[in-house]
Amino acid sequence: MPRAIYEKHLKSLHEDVLQLGDMVEKAINHSIEALKKRDLAMAKQIVEEDVNINNKRFDIEQRCIQLIATQQPMAKDLRAIIAILHIIVDLERMGDYAEGISRINILMGDEPLLKPLIDIPRMAQKAVEMLDRSLQAFIKEDVEEARRIPKEDDEVDALWNQVYRELIFFMIQDPRTISRATYLMWVAHNLERIADRATNICERVVFTATGKMEEIGASRY
Amino acid sequence: MIRSERGHGAKATERIAFGLLALATFLVVAPVIYIVVFILVNGSGSISWEFLTQAPRHRGLEGGIFPAIVGTFYLMIGTLLFALPVGVFSAIYLTEYARRNWLTRLINLSIVNLAGVPSIVFGLFGLGLFVLAMRSGSSLLAASLTLACQALAMIITTSREALMAVPRSYREGSLALGATKWQTVLHVVLPQAMPGIITGTVLATSRAIGETAPILAVGAAFLLPSLPSSPLDQFMALPYHLYIVATQVPGMPERTMWGTALVLLVVVLSFNTMAMVVRWRFRQRRV
Amino acid sequence: MVIFSGEIERIPAVPAPEKIKLRTSGVNLFYGTFQALRNISIEIPAQAITAIIGPSGCGKTSFLRLFNRMNDLIHNARVEGSVELDDMPIYDQNTDVVELRKRVGMVFQKPNPFPMSVFDNVAFGPRRHGKDNRKELEEIVERSLHRAALLDEVKDKIHESALSLSGGQQQRLCIARVLAVDPEVILMDEPCSALDPVATLKIEDLMRALSENYTIVIVTHNMQQAARVSDMAAFLMMADDKTGELVEYGPTNRVFTNPKDPRTESYITGRFG
Repeated sequence: MPRAIYEKHLKSLHEDVLQLGDMVEKAINHSIEALKKRDLAMAKQIVEEDVNINNKRFDIEQRCIQLIATQQPMAKDLRAIIAILHIIVDLERMGDYAEGISRINILMGDEPLLKPLIDIPRMAQKAVEMLDRSLQAFIKEDVEEARRIPKEDDEVDALWNQVYRELIFFMIQDPRTISRATYLMWVAHNLERIADRATNICERVVFTATGKMEEIGASRY
Repeated sequence: MIRSERGHGAKATERIAFGLLALATFLVVAPVIYIVVFILVNGSGSISWEFLTQAPRHRGLEGGIFPAIVGTFYLMIGTLLFALPVGVFSAIYLTEYARRNWLTRLINLSIVNLAGVPSIVFGLFGLGLFVLAMRSGSSLLAASLTLACQALAMIITTSREALMAVPRSYREGSLALGATKWQTVLHVVLPQAMPGIITGTVLATSRAIGETAPILAVGAAFLLPSLPSSPLDQFMALPYHLYIVATQVPGMPERTMWGTALVLLVVVLSFNTMAMVVRWRFRQRRV
Repeated sequence: MVIFSGEIERIPAVPAPEKIKLRTSGVNLFYGTFQALRNISIEIPAQAITAIIGPSGCGKTSFLRLFNRMNDLIHNARVEGSVELDDMPIYDQNTDVVELRKRVGMVFQKPNPFPMSVFDNVAFGPRRHGKDNRKELEEIVERSLHRAALLDEVKDKIHESALSLSGGQQQRLCIARVLAVDPEVILMDEPCSALDPVATLKIEDLMRALSENYTIVIVTHNMQQAARVSDMAAFLMMADDKTGELVEYGPTNRVFTNPKDPRTESYITGRFG
């Protein structure tokens, strides 16, 4: 097969991007789970493990640079590498959001949760689903799916809106809850940003396939 | 205006140059055609079955030139037999093996100069070395060796050129595969150089057998009762026979002389033609 | 909240091969009084592709020809220092050059198939080394053509002239011819410089495939090619008093993304040479 080496390297990069995505998804899920259970040890572990995500990102970036330097990719091949460079930045940042959620968890110390978590886990679930599907779309070069996913960001935005109003309500009712409500607001905000980053990935998928930069379904926040 | 005039002048010069070059070529070709046609016209009358197959009688006034044809043929074979291996081997040695130093340069120079030595000198050299010193007597052997010496210079020179024309990349390709130098020469270089070597050898030989002077000194006879039966016998040869009938026998009919000349010409030319055919065949086979 | 700092260990995509196949230490090469190589010490890994790059006249080809002693053919060439294949000294008096060249094959800049049939070209080496069993030769020829990714293209013209093949096919035939001798090392002297881009990529893919079983050293002045195809890269320098000096040697990934020597940097970024 022509350019067998390049294909081989590209494939292994794809696999690594998926692995990185997996690490990030796990970090998000675990951070919410630790919050729900108020498990500080688990939260600490997530914070510690973020360095693995960062390392993985730098490793992939390094290999992209080497692939560009040694294999001189052109056109779509080049766009695919550039897309990977962008996507790993998004993924690493998502990992940072998960780490942020865990740090909030730690900051809350032994204070109980303001209320049982309902909408926040739903937000997390949706954001992780969007992330997962956008990565699949990237690997499969599925432009249609990539255009579909950002529209679902509205769901996350709606949940975020709901959580926001609910927490404001708590704070108005009882100013003593302000600090605990603010913590949860940060958590929800981080989840909202994660979903936004997933739409960024979708934009890269479209760019790789078509060569055109499109902004799809800009978030209201 | 000036420009067009100059253009006009250039055109005229071009025409003059073309004319001169064509004239020069014509001057070269014309005598050849004239000689061939002249000999053909004057000599063809005497060609007959008897002329080609009978021995001469009455000092050549009657009979044919058969022994001279056979003698020339033997001479040709003898010359080839000596000159070809020695010439080709020394050419191979000089091109493929010898180090490039002052000695090889001197040898090359000598070989080139050898080609310029007058043929009578070769004859006397043959007489001194082969006939007298080596006691081969006046014989076919001595004459073949003498003519071989004369042909050698040209054979070596043309063979060397043919060998050197084989691209270096073939030699390197073969050596890099772990072939020895001799294997490289034998299987890669020689097959490539063969057409050139053969052409050069045949041309050199055909020129040598047309010579009169060397064989005059070492063994050609005018009249012999029988064909040579061994290399140590004396022999008749066409050029020498022609020389004798044309100058030494009073009352020789002119058509006999022309006839002999025609046969000599045909023998030499057909030998050259053979060289061309062989060369062409090699080219065909060689991919 | 974004907290990250610290150095990242680079993880090589191609693991460093362990075995050293060719080794030079302190090699100087002279042509008469002209010094073509200067104090070169290098270790070339087995079963990998090592590319030699550098500007024209920097001694790349001379360097390559050290390993099969093709410099011997050049009048008044002289080698100092040691060159080893595995642990066999190449420039020892007792070294059998013919044996050496069986172990170290070479592919030249211009495809140079002999003016014979495809079959005879590939069978040339084995025949010279004493194989004359027709059946055995046929097997060798077929296997070598197959390994050189040429069999399918020439299957029907095995007994036709090698010169009737295209340039790229001729070069792969030359590779097949080398493979037929069953070497351990293949030296390639700008093997694609006479070929079009498609034929070039075919040869490069072939080289990658061959590197699993053979040690390949390639000289090229096509930097992109060196980058694409090699595992290790060596940069030779050319300057008035520095011609034939080894400036940098390391994994290709590193040399082409982060060269240590500023001269390598300016060469591979096209700023001189």
